[in-house]
Amino acid sequence: MQLTLWTYEGPPHVGAMRIATAMKGLHYVLHAPQGDTYADLLFTMIERRNARPPVTYTTFQARDLGGDTAELFKTAAADAYARFQPQAMIVGASCTAELIQDDPGGLAKALALPIPVIPLELPSYQKKENWGASETFYQIVRNLAEPRREAEVNTRSCNILGPTALGFRHRDDLAEITRLLAALGITVNVVAPLDATPDDIRRIPEAAFNVVLYPETAETAGRWLERTFKQPMTTVVPIGVSATRDFIAQVAQLAGLDPQVALAAGESRLPWYSRSVDSTYLTGKRVFIFGDATHALAAARIAKEELGFEVVGLGTYSREFARPVREAATKLGLEALITDDYLEVEAKVTELQPELVLGTQMERHIAKKLGFPCAVISAPVHVQDFPARYSPQMGFEGANVIFDSWVHPLMMGLEEHLLHMFRNDFEFNDKAAASHLGHGASKPATTVAAVAPAAGGWASEAERELQKIPFFVRGKARRNTERFAAERGITLITIETLYDAKAHYSR
Amino acid sequence: MNLPFRAPVSTSCNDVPVLRERGQREVFCGLTGIVWLHRKIQDAFFLVVGSRTCAHLIQSAAGVMIFAEPRFATAIIDERDLAGLSEIDAELDRVVNRLLERRPDIKMLFLVGSCPSEVIKLDLKRAASRLSQIHSPKVRVLNYSGSGIETTFTQGEDACLAALVPFSPLPANGYVPPLLVAGALSDVAEDQFRRIFAEMGLPDVAFLPARTAAAMPAIGPGQQYLLAQPFLNDTARALEERGATHIPAPFPLGAEGTTGWFKAAADAFNIPESKLRAATEAGHIRAKLALEPHREMLAGKRIFFFPDSQLEIPLARFVSQELGMEPIEVGTPYLQRQHLAQEIGQLPAGTVVSEGQDVEKQLDRCREARPDLVVCGLGLANPLEAEGFTTKWSIELVFTPIHGYEQAGDLARLFSRPLDRRTRLGV
Repeated sequence: MQLTLWTYEGPPHVGAMRIATAMKGLHYVLHAPQGDTYADLLFTMIERRNARPPVTYTTFQARDLGGDTAELFKTAAADAYARFQPQAMIVGASCTAELIQDDPGGLAKALALPIPVIPLELPSYQKKENWGASETFYQIVRNLAEPRREAEVNTRSCNILGPTALGFRHRDDLAEITRLLAALGITVNVVAPLDATPDDIRRIPEAAFNVVLYPETAETAGRWLERTFKQPMTTVVPIGVSATRDFIAQVAQLAGLDPQVALAAGESRLPWYSRSVDSTYLTGKRVFIFGDATHALAAARIAKEELGFEVVGLGTYSREFARPVREAATKLGLEALITDDYLEVEAKVTELQPELVLGTQMERHIAKKLGFPCAVISAPVHVQDFPARYSPQMGFEGANVIFDSWVHPLMMGLEEHLLHMFRNDFEFNDKAAASHLGHGASKPATTVAAVAPAAGGWASEAERELQKIPFFVRGKARRNTERFAAERGITLITIETLYDAKAHYSR
Repeated sequence: MNLPFRAPVSTSCNDVPVLRERGQREVFCGLTGIVWLHRKIQDAFFLVVGSRTCAHLIQSAAGVMIFAEPRFATAIIDERDLAGLSEIDAELDRVVNRLLERRPDIKMLFLVGSCPSEVIKLDLKRAASRLSQIHSPKVRVLNYSGSGIETTFTQGEDACLAALVPFSPLPANGYVPPLLVAGALSDVAEDQFRRIFAEMGLPDVAFLPARTAAAMPAIGPGQQYLLAQPFLNDTARALEERGATHIPAPFPLGAEGTTGWFKAAADAFNIPESKLRAATEAGHIRAKLALEPHREMLAGKRIFFFPDSQLEIPLARFVSQELGMEPIEVGTPYLQRQHLAQEIGQLPAGTVVSEGQDVEKQLDRCREARPDLVVCGLGLANPLEAEGFTTKWSIELVFTPIHGYEQAGDLARLFSRPLDRRTRLGV
């Protein structure tokens, strides 16, 4: 039993819904109690979809449990087929239905519907949303993909696998990558699951290779296709300038193109913006990164190599992908934070006092509470993650979007200098938080006070000197000085101690 | 329009024919009530004993992360618990201990049953009494079920309040407030009602639930109670068991509903008409005035209610009687005839009342009827808007203060704003 105040991922059947809702001509019959229909609003409200998810719920109640819930499922499945006439159906159980063990797969089979019916086994008490999406997509591909006709394979054709409904920027990532592939002269055979029909899934083996955009949802299916149809897949996720270049090189190799020619396919403004002198102030900014594995890994690389930040924390809630995140963290000299408990993440952010938080909507919330700038890089999604404008994360345009969305929450370089120069000015003072944070922005000074231990006193002139340090680095200065003093058994912190510590830590 | 079940003109609720349906129900489960109950009872914590789905539902329904430190959480049952590898009682004790250590401000803890906990027959009543003994007197631990197999949306509040009743204090001298109002109201409406009751000569009115655990009212024989919400069947039964008696009344929505509600109290306590009028007349007139601009926009418009909160019948009464709208179909998850007797009889002839749901068939009827305004849940609203319907999401009718005179205009605005918006948009 796990105490959960908030969860990064929904249950696995919500993952299955993300696949079903992404597709066309597919219907999901879900054995579930009354109330589980709440999941519809994720799609109609957060993503603002203009149609209901193609999901029929049995919505059984207590009185049905005494009777025949299996019959209820069969009626629901038969009615759903008659009403929606799908090309294929997926059937399964939510957490409660799993306990009553009605076997939706067997029941649906007994109906002998004239379409493929794919049973899903999604263990609700072990697994979570992304696993559910991945397993569902894999089962659909496995059940529908038809044997490959080698002679007809176009070597310059691929499928794009992974984009789902309710995905973080999937709509725009797909557009960006489709454009990139077109510029390389590569034909897209099938995109799935987004907007794919069961017939499209059957045609997946006709392409030469697969582009796996989101390993969380499509790696399992991609590996199966690789094994079964000798259809190789991409392993680089094109988020960031370097990763996009690596992706192009990998795609070029898979399609038999000249990689040097392929690299001329486009470019990003990020490299020049990052070199531009006004970006000097970005140097060594301490960033904390947390999200799904794909986006967290990409963010770490961009932060370090493309913006010159210092990554001080890296973590993910995707336990299935803990290993690559641990490896990336080790390379950065860090220990990865693998958790689905946001309180642990909050504690880590509080401890690290980063200058920028890159995370999910929950980290945005944590950062707001603690007074740190933040940019959102990953699901779980929020209505704000479906912007009206074109806003991909992938490809060269994605890199442009990332540059803007990470840099804008930071204090602008000039603003930072002005604050330093005029720190005693009546307008540029501690209580005047950066203009872009708005009037409601919390004052970092208060969180800093919370960090200070009661023991280890500050001499009053040292405390006054500390106040002269700009507030956005004061927390770090206070923490470092106290650690410095504690390590040396200094009981009273004087101005001398403050500057000794400064010298010590600036080495 | 040609719909079945046209009702004859009727003044008795028993004459209204009801379309009963079974099929997919597009409704929330009772856990959703936690979203407003935890704001209402300020030192209570709601611990759902359930699955990841339960946790996901509440955070989705509550709007993600709007509360810095929410007073609700889920103890997620996992494989080990189900396989009997862990001692489930000990696990629950551990989770509760951790929670209460973290939140020393909590005075009342509700263990809330869910679909999985009901299906595996987890005895939360026993757990609550065990934990109450451990944490008493600092924290009182109660339990109720908000599971979807037993409760629909607002029935979660009913179950919660019904669980509170047996634990209400019984003073040694036997004194109980003469009048009790049952049903969670917004604080602003509650305060207004308190003032009006005082002017009527009823200074000591108890409200269930109170805003803190320590302030829960005494309940006992000789007490009369009014319902502020139409979905409190079990709570009413629990109150009766404690010796309180029900005052039949309409619900305090709109000018007429609110005046009818206060009049029922006045009659029960033999308060003279003049005193009732002195206490309510100004509010009644203000409410009428506030309704007027909305009535202009809404009169003659046809409205269709999908089932959601059980507020549908009183709301349909309000929009037809006070705003001149024409209800076509009024869906409700359950029809509590006894408590709705004074509302249902006032629906215009021809209104279809439907109980239960088969959402696909109901959508067919809605499309055929082409109403001017559809009141429905969040899962249906955008899809219907995309089909060209104007919709009002029903959950807002539960989350917004709508009771009483001063909120009558706000209530009307919830119906008029979607239509107003349509007329403003040029895209």
